[in-house]
Amino acid sequence: MRSEALIEASGLAVGYDGEAAISAVDFSLAPGERMALLGPNGGGKTTLLRALLGELRPLAGQLRVGARCATVPQTERSQLDYPVSALDVAAMGALSRLPWWRRPGRRERAVASEALHKVGLGDLAQETFGKLSGGQRQRVLIARSLVQDAQILLLDEPFSGLDRPSSEGLEALVDSLAAERRGVMIATHDLEQARRWDSVLCLNRTQVAAGPPEEVLDLAVLEATYGGAIVELPGSDSRAILPPHHH
Amino acid sequence: MLEPLQDEFMRRALAEVTMIGVAAGMLGCWVILYRLSYAAESLAHSIFPGLVLAALAGLPLIVGGIPGILVAALAIAAASRIPGVSREVAIGVVVTTLFGLGVLLALSPDSPPGIQEILFGDILGPSDADLIAAVAMAAAVGGVLLLLHGRLLAGGFDPGAARSLGVSPGIVEAALLALLGVAIVVAVQGLGNLLVVAAFVGPAAAARRLTERIAPMICLAVAIAVLAGFAGLYLSYYAGTAGGASVALAIVALYLLSLPLGRLVSARQGKRAPAGATIA
Repeated sequence: MRSEALIEASGLAVGYDGEAAISAVDFSLAPGERMALLGPNGGGKTTLLRALLGELRPLAGQLRVGARCATVPQTERSQLDYPVSALDVAAMGALSRLPWWRRPGRRERAVASEALHKVGLGDLAQETFGKLSGGQRQRVLIARSLVQDAQILLLDEPFSGLDRPSSEGLEALVDSLAAERRGVMIATHDLEQARRWDSVLCLNRTQVAAGPPEEVLDLAVLEATYGGAIVELPGSDSRAILPPHHH
Repeated sequence: MLEPLQDEFMRRALAEVTMIGVAAGMLGCWVILYRLSYAAESLAHSIFPGLVLAALAGLPLIVGGIPGILVAALAIAAASRIPGVSREVAIGVVVTTLFGLGVLLALSPDSPPGIQEILFGDILGPSDADLIAAVAMAAAVGGVLLLLHGRLLAGGFDPGAARSLGVSPGIVEAALLALLGVAIVVAVQGLGNLLVVAAFVGPAAAARRLTERIAPMICLAVAIAVLAGFAGLYLSYYAGTAGGASVALAIVALYLLSLPLGRLVSARQGKRAPAGATIA
């Protein structure tokens, strides 16, 4: 394992009520690495992300998270009718550094404003969060993790439901975060996107494979990861994963 | 307008509804945002037997209310643990049982006359102790909400990610429910067991329709709650209607008024939305 790794997992098993939802997970995430987390719904992606956030303890094996970790959840899980601006949401990232009785003040809001500028939303800082588009909401949550000063960003299917321009914009943002030597782990169903990143981790209740996409993503691995959800696209050499509601 | 103020009982009643309005307006916003309206109503009803027992023993209602809430919370926790019983069902069963028990006690032939007032409140006759309790409750609710503001906002926005922000959604919600319990126990003396929940839901729900930011929402909810309290008391004074019910009706009227006003506000906000608002 690399000594400078942000995350190191070895023989990791995590689950609920003593029962493992994922097991035998071995991987490491280096600074500046973009790692795709692939797997079917129920395959253990969210369980792994929760373990990395410290919400679930390992049942077996070892897990070392060597830097501050922030989550960028799917924005549909937020209350979209909540009375907060983009700036309010980004400023929430400062809470972990403040004592429990303090709210983000002028200084924290200035940092949040700077983070919104960085993700390209400086002009929309005062807009209501729920009125932003899906891509913009993801950017606000990324700004929140920048305010947290997180070196590790965990993105849970950030591209689902985004149109192509939004998706491309978000992908460019992921690239720029990695260029700042932040480790970025992205749960996704998009194989083509995963091929463009530095590494992949395939999970289906156990680790199927991990490593650079060009070495790892072959048909056998994909079938072991997605099982029957893989289909051959007619008239081409490509394969696709059926969307979750087909499972 | 000033005539009712010449009566001592009206001045005291106005002071009482102001304190209840301040606390209920502030707390109500979080009740709405955390979707706790059902919990608020359940808490109010579940303390009924405790209130009746306190009244039968000649003690201040608050003495029966606090243990009443604790018993309800424990009973709901115990019922939720029964396999196949969801939390909602547990709340429904426990609250209905406790409320029925309270009604049995209140309507028994041995109960002194007037005990049924616990159901509908006695906003026009607050004692010195009631007023002191209302002031203390409003100050405590305001103080704690101010301290917890940042964490309440983050915990309600996205409970799933709250923990990674250093916020424990369970603790924040428990603190909110504890405050709600204390506020209800104090407010129930004035507005009654059946009507008190209106003060914790109506003004905040109306304010929510008029603004998209939390700070103005809290200010508006407090203003609406106090305004409804005054309007209800004036209605009661001039029309001879029941005080608590008049306040509850005024709250409903202001909520209904907020519906068209909210549409107007939304239309105006839509007109000045920034051009980039829908572009990713």
